[in-house]
Amino acid sequence: MSQSDQSLLVALVGNPNTGKSTLFNALTGLRQRVGNYPGVTVARKSGTCDCGNGQKVELVDLPGLYSLAAASPDEQVVTDALAGNIAGDRQPDAVVMVVDATNLLRNLFLASQVAELGRPMVIVLNQSDVADKQGLHIDTALLSQRLGGVPVVLASAWKGEGVAEVRRGIATALAGRIQMKRVAWPAKIAAALTDVVQDAHRDTGKDVSSAEAQRLLFDAGNAHSDRLGWSQAQRDKSLRAARDKVRTSGYNPMAAEPLVHYAHLRALLEGVLREGSVRAGRSAAVDKLLLHRLVGPVLFTVIMLGLFASVFWLAKFPMQWIQFGVDWVKLTVAHSMDSTPMLQSLVADGIIGGVGAFLAFLPQILILFLFVGILEDSGYMARAAFIMDRMFSWCGLNGKSFVPMLSGFACAIPGLLSTRTIEDPKARLATAFVVPFMSCSARFPIYALMCAAFIGPIYGPGWESAVMVGMHCVGLLFAVPTAFVLTRFVLKVRPQPFVLELPRYQMPKPRDVLWRMWQNAAEFVSKAGTVIFAITIIVWALSYFPRDASVAERIKAANPAATEEGVKAKVQAAYVEQSYMGRFGKAVQPVFDPLGFDWKITVGVLASFPAREVIVSTLGVTYSVGEGAKADSQHLRHAMQDAKWQEGPRAGKPIFSLAAVLSLMVFFALCSQCGPTIATLAQESGGWKWAAASFVYMTALAWIVSALLYQVVIRLLP
Amino acid sequence: MTPLSQLLPGQFGKLASLNPERGVDQRLMALGLLPGMVLKLVRKAPLGDPLAIEFGGQVVSLRLAEAENLIVDVSADCPIQRPRPS
Repeated sequence: MSQSDQSLLVALVGNPNTGKSTLFNALTGLRQRVGNYPGVTVARKSGTCDCGNGQKVELVDLPGLYSLAAASPDEQVVTDALAGNIAGDRQPDAVVMVVDATNLLRNLFLASQVAELGRPMVIVLNQSDVADKQGLHIDTALLSQRLGGVPVVLASAWKGEGVAEVRRGIATALAGRIQMKRVAWPAKIAAALTDVVQDAHRDTGKDVSSAEAQRLLFDAGNAHSDRLGWSQAQRDKSLRAARDKVRTSGYNPMAAEPLVHYAHLRALLEGVLREGSVRAGRSAAVDKLLLHRLVGPVLFTVIMLGLFASVFWLAKFPMQWIQFGVDWVKLTVAHSMDSTPMLQSLVADGIIGGVGAFLAFLPQILILFLFVGILEDSGYMARAAFIMDRMFSWCGLNGKSFVPMLSGFACAIPGLLSTRTIEDPKARLATAFVVPFMSCSARFPIYALMCAAFIGPIYGPGWESAVMVGMHCVGLLFAVPTAFVLTRFVLKVRPQPFVLELPRYQMPKPRDVLWRMWQNAAEFVSKAGTVIFAITIIVWALSYFPRDASVAERIKAANPAATEEGVKAKVQAAYVEQSYMGRFGKAVQPVFDPLGFDWKITVGVLASFPAREVIVSTLGVTYSVGEGAKADSQHLRHAMQDAKWQEGPRAGKPIFSLAAVLSLMVFFALCSQCGPTIATLAQESGGWKWAAASFVYMTALAWIVSALLYQVVIRLLP
Repeated sequence: MTPLSQLLPGQFGKLASLNPERGVDQRLMALGLLPGMVLKLVRKAPLGDPLAIEFGGQVVSLRLAEAENLIVDVSADCPIQRPRPS
């Protein structure tokens, strides 16, 4: 259905944890479009909703929030969207206010703020089944009457109850254009608001609504006046006078809005809400266990380790199938292109190889999104943040940084996407900056190869495992001080308080969880996929060209006795050596010499900048064992164990000394070698500045730490 | 008059004053925590910080340092006073 078919736009607004997304899915039936609001990392979800009478409207699901006070990007988007101030978006023709029936007062505060914008409204009392169980009885007819006649609908989106009534309510609101009754501002506050409207109009020439004037008067931030183009001096003068006027009425201007709204709502709810035999919810009892001082952290560890282990174990099988399928496709396609070797290499090695390597990560990502979705919808995620906050607050992060960082151990991209749940912009940016330090699964192959080839055979399996575990901690070790310095000395963003609702526990709805998993995975594929695809082709071209036929003939002539396989691998190695990538690797090898890397490792490192997992197959090519090398390849291990320096002061000594092995692993632990991560970081931080900073910082840090490590270890154990 | 940060788990109090200029207090006011509201310190996180408080039928977490400026009256006629030993 195209945009132009729908003349009417309806916005879904509500507090977090009200079941708003469940209702949205129920109303739109998953016919949804996901985009982004211009200039911010807030997703714009919209879909087509049938109003039950054949009328179709576009329904947009605005981010959940508690107040219109624009402290976070999410809140700013809602305020702007409702006021029609978003470029390319219309002002909604009606608002569906999703209200948690078990907490009417707090939820209606937002409704009362939204009412100031003067849009027709429907009030949906969602989760009414839970309210019933708690013994709450709501007189909806009386409530509707008290709210000025707006439709009030009881619903339980989870159970699918009342959805048809919501559809009818939307149609009624659109037809009748009924607005929710507004709060009556005390005279002095009303006068102050009028002053702000007039001053802003005088200074900027723009028409300012009363709702906008409220944001200007009551909010500490100045996003609104910036948008109006109101100069700071004029704005401060006007707002100071207006706030002084509010003070004369006995209200603190920073407290006036909630005080007036809540007083208005308390009076309004008188007699609407009858509490029968109120039974305490089960959440308090569950919290007694899950947040217990001793049991809580133990269960937390079990849940998180379980999540983490299942991401790896469950993903193992589909990953193998994908690998198998990709190899088969590669062989089949390659076979059919034997007559055109360049095209064969481009399609088989470049395109299929690159896309396959990327697809192999998809199962992990899907499972990760699935589990995170379950934790979020059940209400445990807020508890996890509650338990972990103290561990993160000292270095400027908060409890919500935990999940992005944990996800980062599988893949940085879902980690970066999940930083969106962090409201505080400072903690959000700092978390996004340190997520790429987490030891993602693309780092695993190089650790496995090096440990199996050099640590295990020499120092035994005990050390092999210890080094494997240690390598997974290196990134974390550097991430924490990085976050500390970043939030303390670099980021100038004003920190937000960490106020977090611990919502009622709830059974996650499978459809919602799966749907969000699908949406996130689609975003991952479209984002990472395109970057990987482009980069793969560039790297392929750099290591394929130039390709003079004389190179192959020379190798064949020099090795008359060798097997066909052996010659093929040697020819390939020779081609890579004289390719642009090989020449470049040799040219910049001196830069990596202090880290103990020869030109072959240097080529591997350079080829891995777009995607670090490429290192193993590149080493396979440069060490002449053929390109299909895996981390458990015996040939590659032997070739590397036998490799010796050919010239210079280290001539005759093995290239892969303990110093070089550790240096190479630490380099991969710390270096920024992932194109899609950089692209995602740029998007999530709202610009290339932070992505560039991350790249330079991580790469420089990797070089410095690896160089120091190599120089120290090579002297201790020459 | 006691800072909220000094309540014991399970203890009730009535909010006496807050500082509307502070961001955390503005957030709490939006959630309905206004002077005169009865609240309960439900628990502290396992590491002692943050706190979970209950008011108006909801449980909200806030940091110890942010709870210091919220002054509560523990002597007011609140529902059952039943501090647990800490």
